Amino acid sequence: MLLLFALFMIGTTFSVASASTKQASGSLSRSVAIDEGRQIFLKGCSSCHGLNAEGGSIAPSLIGVGAASVDFQVGTGRMPMADMTVQAMRKTPAYTPEQVAAVAAYVASLAPGPAIPGSEIVNYERDGSTAEGGELFRTNCAMCHNFAGQGGALSQGKFAPTLMESDPKTIVEAMITGPQSMPVFSDKIITPAEKLSIIKWIKAAQVEPSLGGAALGRVGPVTEGLLAWTLGLGLLIGIAVWLATKAR
Amino acid sequence: MSHEVANLSDPGLPDHVHRLADSDPAAEKKAERAVAFLFILSALGTVLFIASYVYIPHNLFVFVPILGSTNAHQLFLGLGLTISMLCIGLGAVHWAKTLMPDNEIIAQRHEFRSPENERKEFVAAVKEGAAASGLGRRSIIKRTLGLSLGLVGISPLFLLRDLGPLPKEQLQTTSWKTGTRLVTDPGNRPIKPSDLEVGAVAQVLPQLTPGEERTLNNIGKDAVLLIRLRTEDFQLSPERLSWTHEGIIAFSKICSHMGCAVALYEQQTKHLLCPCHQSTFDVPRAAKVIFGPAARPLPQLAITVDSEGYLIASQPFTEPVGPSFWERSS
Repeated sequence: MLLLFALFMIGTTFSVASASTKQASGSLSRSVAIDEGRQIFLKGCSSCHGLNAEGGSIAPSLIGVGAASVDFQVGTGRMPMADMTVQAMRKTPAYTPEQVAAVAAYVASLAPGPAIPGSEIVNYERDGSTAEGGELFRTNCAMCHNFAGQGGALSQGKFAPTLMESDPKTIVEAMITGPQSMPVFSDKIITPAEKLSIIKWIKAAQVEPSLGGAALGRVGPVTEGLLAWTLGLGLLIGIAVWLATKAR
Repeated sequence: MSHEVANLSDPGLPDHVHRLADSDPAAEKKAERAVAFLFILSALGTVLFIASYVYIPHNLFVFVPILGSTNAHQLFLGLGLTISMLCIGLGAVHWAKTLMPDNEIIAQRHEFRSPENERKEFVAAVKEGAAASGLGRRSIIKRTLGLSLGLVGISPLFLLRDLGPLPKEQLQTTSWKTGTRLVTDPGNRPIKPSDLEVGAVAQVLPQLTPGEERTLNNIGKDAVLLIRLRTEDFQLSPERLSWTHEGIIAFSKICSHMGCAVALYEQQTKHLLCPCHQSTFDVPRAAKVIFGPAARPLPQLAITVDSEGYLIASQPFTEPVGPSFWERSS
């Protein structure tokens, strides 16, 4: 009962807060987007995240998560979740980019949070350094996302997704918002310039040609060992049998 | 019907069955042609190898089912050499199996002991040699030979020195001292508590004093992971709680099991995973081991801020970081 009351209070407080934010916002188109975003939110998101984005027993509060979080989660199709078992999967987005932007504007209007990265990230090719990005990636990202960005396993069926389809915007959004299991890599710890280098390295890894033939998933000794022990050893056994068979 | 079992005679070796190529000229011709075909295939493989070296550009990529996008130059070099070498081998084996003489020969094992006369000859030869060398008479040669052989014998003992020197305090200590600043890895920038939001992590190393160089040996001991939680999430003893700063807690990244870098932090479950053997540490409970082979929690580094507001170590690690070793006290 007490919890419900507290939730109610939080919800009320923030709806008042959001109303005042709306009034403070001078731009008409912005407030229109916030209104549209609120309508979409009420239809598509509120059943789990609460009517005022205050969260619930099955979903976290979205107050203060910022526009970047919405753009990442909804823009990559992870939200709305298709099933609530382990983790939200990347899939075809349920909303158009305009609708995603509207929901992002609405959630951003609730409380300050990380904003969607601007046009500065398009210059990663010019401003980033692949070598520096590789060093940063190996220290900060490789333990979960694999040394080649292929993704990897976490506990209880959770996993760090592959980065082979990621675009610069979602890479930065993931680092500054820390979606799902991923921790936050804030701009003071990995500076925006260093983030560009990480993007440049990931983009280079995405098009890295496989000079040695089949890359076997680029996951290291697991697939390589499996192939050597099954195909390689099988071939050797086959040859040994053929050598020992008497000709007729 | 009789229930008596007749004595079985020793069936001996099965009859030797000759091959088709031994009796049938057509089959012999066929086997001959098969061997020749394999050798010609091998020659073509070498031609393919040379041709792909000369004519296929080294940066040409082609799509091959299963293999995916593959460098054509490398692919055909390898394919050519495989065909040429494998077909020589296959041809030679097929030749030996079908065409070379197919006689079964039985060779009986001889007695292990040498014949009496050979044994006598051997003893005589040894005695004659010993007399001819004159070792009994020439005592200076005997002694110097004894000296040289003895010294050669003990020379390997000196190589044992390379098992040392003993690590002394190196396994017990790290570069973290009271007041050492925490800096980002890479980047070497000092960190303020406000740089980390709740849920944020930072990979850190101790700040170097001017003139110091960071070695891989040092990074292997000094690497630390900073994690910021909500202060109410902590379930720590009062002492350990005083080692945190505004919800920021610092752990050695070196796994207490085998020394891998533990940095897979799951923000929602607040578990820290080791990628090598899946040891799982519960961050709010001072990295208590909740799964996997690790025997101890990760050592916690006590942190605070200095007068300029940067994070510093308030004391060195209180226990050795990393895996167990013989002299470790706990």
